[in-house]
Amino acid sequence: MTAPMIELVDVSREYGSPPTRALDGVNLRVERGELVAIVGPSGSGKSTLLNLIGTLDRASAGQTRVAGYSVEKLSDRQLSALRAHSIGFVFQQFQLSEGVSARDNVAAGLLYTGKPARERRAVATEALERVGLGHRLLHRPAQMSGGERQRVAIARAMVRNPDLLLADEPTGSLDSRSGEIVVEILRELHASGTTVVVITHDRELAQRLPRRVGIRDGRIESDERDTVLAVSA
Amino acid sequence: MSALPKSRLRTGDLFALGLHGVRVHPMRAALSALGIAIGIAAMIAVIGISTSSQAAVREKLAALGTNLLTMSAGKDLLGADTKLPPDAGTRVLRIDGVETSGWTTEIDYHVYRNDLTLPGETGGLRVRVAGGDLLATTGTALASGRWFNAETEKHDLVVLGAGAAEAMGITEPGNQVWLGGQYFTVLGILQPSLLTPELDSSALVGAGIAAERFGFDGSPTVLYERSSEERVPEVRDLLPATINPEAPNEVSVSRPSDALAAKNTVDQAFTGLLIGVGSIALLVGGIGVANTMVITVLERRREIGLRRSLGATRANIRNQFLMEAVLLALLGGLVGAGTGFAVTAIVAASNGWKLEVPVSVLIAGVLATVAVGAVAGVLPALRAARTSPAVALSS
Repeated sequence: MTAPMIELVDVSREYGSPPTRALDGVNLRVERGELVAIVGPSGSGKSTLLNLIGTLDRASAGQTRVAGYSVEKLSDRQLSALRAHSIGFVFQQFQLSEGVSARDNVAAGLLYTGKPARERRAVATEALERVGLGHRLLHRPAQMSGGERQRVAIARAMVRNPDLLLADEPTGSLDSRSGEIVVEILRELHASGTTVVVITHDRELAQRLPRRVGIRDGRIESDERDTVLAVSA
Repeated sequence: MSALPKSRLRTGDLFALGLHGVRVHPMRAALSALGIAIGIAAMIAVIGISTSSQAAVREKLAALGTNLLTMSAGKDLLGADTKLPPDAGTRVLRIDGVETSGWTTEIDYHVYRNDLTLPGETGGLRVRVAGGDLLATTGTALASGRWFNAETEKHDLVVLGAGAAEAMGITEPGNQVWLGGQYFTVLGILQPSLLTPELDSSALVGAGIAAERFGFDGSPTVLYERSSEERVPEVRDLLPATINPEAPNEVSVSRPSDALAAKNTVDQAFTGLLIGVGSIALLVGGIGVANTMVITVLERRREIGLRRSLGATRANIRNQFLMEAVLLALLGGLVGAGTGFAVTAIVAASNGWKLEVPVSVLIAGVLATVAVGAVAGVLPALRAARTSPAVALSS
């Protein structure tokens, strides 16, 4: 049987000394092709959880498996390769380079896969068209609205066809209409087979996703699933 | 579990990433590269000017020849001044290989612009009796007028060295100067003599008039001879005994071209000092680049985090910032090399030298900047590579 996309067994993460626990004995299993919201108030440990799932950070204790790989057993170089080929990130603050065009920002998503620049640009153009920004290829981030910028960031995460897309408060800096479009794009990605994990403090947003994992004070508090998949409105 | 494909960054992309900092902050890049540019410009200008001037001296020496030997009367065993024998000028021609000879004798009279000049104001000018083929032997040319012949050397005529003419404000023959208590008419004026600068400050008179008026006994104090280039060492050995068989050790022989070469050695010491100053400028420039890189790495933590999330390895991040430091320094190095070359060209042109900057020096200068950039970039780049991606993204 195929391995789950994400499997955390008794995972803890401590910072500093004396250690404070950001995550405390978390168990979580996300199958391939799921669309999951991890929801909790600020300080609940959800960003720490995202960093562990995204292999940007290592757990202090417990086992973390992502896309079938044991994170503890991989070197930093191997984890980088895993991110380069299998994991896409979308951040609340977009994290776009100001000095370059939307297309080059998206093409940067393929920079560390070793693809030649011409190919990267072609794929980037395609991805921008998919998020409805085919007419904004050469615009700079400063010339775009927040919603458009977040769509550029999603396009950047999409170009690698990642197995797993991690979105950290993707609608946090957006007005509700732009947020709506972003959620719609995430749904489409999910529909095309990508495992999508959305981290949010917004319960309303979480309610619209088929699975909601509640987190508080570093512990999983709830895990709800819609029995019938909601048909997108 | 399938084998994981690797993270891979193309060399061309690394290069483009390295230029990122220069593109985003052009002013900062220019200022931090400036120190390096100044250091390299100083070093290349110093070396270029020095090699160009040495080339000019070499060219002059090649034209003047290194086959001129000078003999002067030394001291005897008791420390008294001696004289060369009166026939030394003809004797020297007997040595195999000697082609021409000429001589001067310093006499104890002075030359003044006119009879109103105070006796003490000699201006350091000397009166010398000239004989033999002095001009051809020393390679000195006439600027104007004529040289002595068998007749004119018996009259109260004088040929002035370039410096003597200038000191007395005489620009053409026919003027009169006050020499040894009477007026002498200027017969000719010499051009500056590079190998025998003592002629420049001389007022030269003929042997005939000197014998008649100044009690000149015919003994030279300095004898010049020119031989074929390859015979110089042998001639040098034979000279003392040939000229003064009775007391060969009283004759001292020197080679004026050696003195010119020695002057160049002094220049080299000065060059070394300036290169030292240039190296310090380069070092300070390197520190400037390091400083800029430290700030850049701190400022771009989010970018580092983002790149790590996109799959950059630590090595990718390290190389990016190292490349940026090297390109920054290289930028300074290229500008500096260009400036140094331009300064050398201007100095060479204004001195009438042929421009000569060794290509190896230009290449070494640019390579030095690359090395400085790499050293300056190492610590900031390592720091960037060590940055935890999770922490960097949340900063």
